[in-house]
Amino acid sequence: MALFFQTLPFLLDGLLTTLLVSVSVVVLSLAIGIPLGCMLVFGPLWARLPIRLYADFVRGVPILVLLYFVYYGLPVIAVNLPSLPAAVVALTAFKTAQIIEIARGAFQSIPVDQMEAAKSIGLTLPDRFVHVLAPQAVRRFLPPFVNSVVDTVKGSSLVSLLGVVDLMLSLQQVIGRTHIALPLYGIGALMYFAINFPLSALSRRLEKRFI
Amino acid sequence: MMNYHFNFAIVWRYAGKLFDGLLLSLELAAATVAIGMAIGLVLALAELDGPRWLKPLIRAYVEFVRNVPLLLLVYLVFYGVPSAIDLQYDATTSFVATLAIYAGAYLVEILRAGLEAVPKGLIEAGKAIGLTPLGVLVHVRLPTALRIALPSLSNTYVALFKDTSIASAIAVPELAYSMRWIETQTFRTVEVYLIATPIYLLTSYAMLLLLRLAERRYAIAR
Repeated sequence: MALFFQTLPFLLDGLLTTLLVSVSVVVLSLAIGIPLGCMLVFGPLWARLPIRLYADFVRGVPILVLLYFVYYGLPVIAVNLPSLPAAVVALTAFKTAQIIEIARGAFQSIPVDQMEAAKSIGLTLPDRFVHVLAPQAVRRFLPPFVNSVVDTVKGSSLVSLLGVVDLMLSLQQVIGRTHIALPLYGIGALMYFAINFPLSALSRRLEKRFI
Repeated sequence: MMNYHFNFAIVWRYAGKLFDGLLLSLELAAATVAIGMAIGLVLALAELDGPRWLKPLIRAYVEFVRNVPLLLLVYLVFYGVPSAIDLQYDATTSFVATLAIYAGAYLVEILRAGLEAVPKGLIEAGKAIGLTPLGVLVHVRLPTALRIALPSLSNTYVALFKDTSIASAIAVPELAYSMRWIETQTFRTVEVYLIATPIYLLTSYAMLLLLRLAERRYAIAR
């Protein structure tokens, strides 16, 4: 118990970094991914093609390889990022590809008749988007999106391999000093679980409600 | 800025290392899929047909594993467990066990959904021609459920292949580890990534393509 209270502040610092990384990645990838996802559905071919290629490329490579690539590979073309920004960039690149796919799926799952019905009652394109497509797309977007937030928090543990002191690395450091491995991994697992389980449960509820 | 001189020849000398790494990655994925499917099938059947007290236990396993990072589970099994109990195993065994347990938690859900989607009429037809419950399971429920679940299964299989890269964290010499190893030997960072990244890309898409062909072959006509 004494061990627990001694190490807790240190682990909480790590947890804060984990949350910081996760939140930045989610916010950035939403900001980039949703416009690109819309373009992939509604845009002209010249815009769709590079987005398609990007999403397929990124999703075919392990996140770990992307992280190494951004951190160790990009300095060669004079892009020298410190470990934390490099980690955020790599994870965002990966998450953006997923958001693009989720947004595409959300729009494409709306039956074509909806669009035709909206046209036939005389709605203009912006109106059709705001009143017909968007409200339905959001409902289909949310459950898989919340699920992918869980993946982001889990994936953020990989930044420890670049030397960012997140929850994972602070656990490793405490274990390195105390040589008490199993209980500390247990505490760490519970901390991740405490963040992710409510999100997973939320995702399931949204899915039941909306889909 | 672009005064970097590419030198692929040095990296090429280590091509064997990359090949061995890829082979091990595929072996890890295959072993994981095999064990994970066994875990998934047994638990999905236990959850659907087993005694009621099993259900919360299976739920707890699924929820725990799915909400904790794979890297933490890998460390937990490799460093944590041997520190507490007297058990020795090498990094590769440890990783396969971890990834199989991780895969199992995802596969249970997919297989359970597949089993639940088998039409009742089909099961009754099986009973009507005199099949025993085991016969219905082997000849009716499992083949149908697997065909229904195949699209979700193939996505999970490819994801598992990509997840084998995490084995490099405990120094299992698979593809990501070989990549980093060659990099530290030669310092030809960009060349290593320019070769290794397409290897991952091509392998995962080749897997996906084969699985999509299987999906089309075994799709249930409606």
